[in-house]
Amino acid sequence: MNLTLHVWRQPDGRTAGRFETYEARDVSPAMSFLELLDVVNEGLIARREEPIAFDHDCREGICGACGMVINGRPHGPRRATTACQLHLRQFTDGDELWIEPWRARAFPVVKDLIVNRSAFDRLIQAGGFVSVNTGGAPEANTIPVPKPAAERAMDAAECIGCGACVAACPNASAMLYVAAKVAHLALLPQGQPERARRVVSMVDAMDAEGFGACTNHAECTAACPKEIAIDFIAQLNRDYAHGLLHRLSGGV
Amino acid sequence: MRSLIGQKMLMAVSGALLLGYLVLHMIGNLKVFQGPAHFNAYAEGLRVLGAPLLGRGQALWIVRIILLAAVGVHIWSAIAVTRASWRARPAGYQRLELVETTYAARTMRWGAAIIVLYVIYHLLDFTFGRVNPGFVPGDVYRNVVASFRIFPVALAYVIANVFVGLHVYHGVWSGAQTLGLNRAPSDRWRRRGAAVFALLLTAGYLLVPLAVITGRLR
Ligand code: FES
Repeated sequence: MNLTLHVWRQPDGRTAGRFETYEARDVSPAMSFLELLDVVNEGLIARREEPIAFDHDCREGICGACGMVINGRPHGPRRATTACQLHLRQFTDGDELWIEPWRARAFPVVKDLIVNRSAFDRLIQAGGFVSVNTGGAPEANTIPVPKPAAERAMDAAECIGCGACVAACPNASAMLYVAAKVAHLALLPQGQPERARRVVSMVDAMDAEGFGACTNHAECTAACPKEIAIDFIAQLNRDYAHGLLHRLSGGV
Repeated sequence: MRSLIGQKMLMAVSGALLLGYLVLHMIGNLKVFQGPAHFNAYAEGLRVLGAPLLGRGQALWIVRIILLAAVGVHIWSAIAVTRASWRARPAGYQRLELVETTYAARTMRWGAAIIVLYVIYHLLDFTFGRVNPGFVPGDVYRNVVASFRIFPVALAYVIANVFVGLHVYHGVWSGAQTLGLNRAPSDRWRRRGAAVFALLLTAGYLLVPLAVITGRLR
């Protein structure tokens, strides 16, 4: 099949970018979207042009490295699918595709389709962890976890941190990401000691990074390759209110 | 409370206050169908509400002050979070397809501007009587009918109230989400509940101008 690609090219964060058009001839519908870019890049390299820079690692939908907006949809048109797991059979012969990086102040463009998502790492550093003593691993069954809590915590922990939620959000808000990270710890006994402090400091960090304010459009869930539910955002808000009260009442 | 979530919580709480007022106002409006005597007596009753503890009109002023404060907080927080969101995406997309959001959610900001403009006109019409044809203080029934007989006035009322309905639909659902009231499993029936509530509220408001235009109220 043949595809026309309009790809965002930007040499670095300080230089203005623009769309360049490339023709992909005789590509197989069985190729993944990233393989399509590989093929285009081989052509570019053969012509001694700069290949398109894009993030990728596992190419099996679990690491969260890949991500680009394809025809206005983060990770492309298929629900619950990362760009690396998207196949060209999703498109029809002769399609024109617009390929752009995530766009948010908190995710500055590094090059072409690669954005710097360190803001997410700093959110984790602000509280997305549990503090445990090092040493021998404790017996796994000393802390009982109810099965429904474990299931829901896992639903939240499915988040791979790709940033599609921010990319899809009309407000460029990171609420779904923070909600998932807060919820998967708040739902487990191990997350309780730091629960109040965690949510307040992660929310503060989210504002400090310059993400926007969620207005419940729910675009994030639709774009999320792991389909994290926006129920977790309600839970984040609830936890945040508790966290504020906890701080007001002098808790540590 | 200085966080964006804190500001949205203030928006949700002030919105809930305003919503309570909207419901009472709508119920009061429907008394117009009981005829001039009843409707004017109801309006007079509001002025002497709380007697003998409160003087004439004092209860109304208390309500007005609360409403003004709520409107102030609601608009201030809305502007604050909107500005944060606009700052958060300095470079837009060539294409961004919205697949999940609703018309109501997308018109929260501009719909609100229409509502504010309409409320100003509404106060000039029925409270201050400035733009009401032959305003008679105290004859509320007459003022309502005289105003809505003018087709563009009735039409503006209908349009503004449709935006109120949309605003309430997304506001109720979204406010509950912001206050953390929504719980899993998911929200489908909550959205539907908000839709039914907004529909009933809007219908209640629209009955009055429609009745005047069709000559049922004269
Ligand atoms: S490359 Fe790992 S999720 Fe796509």
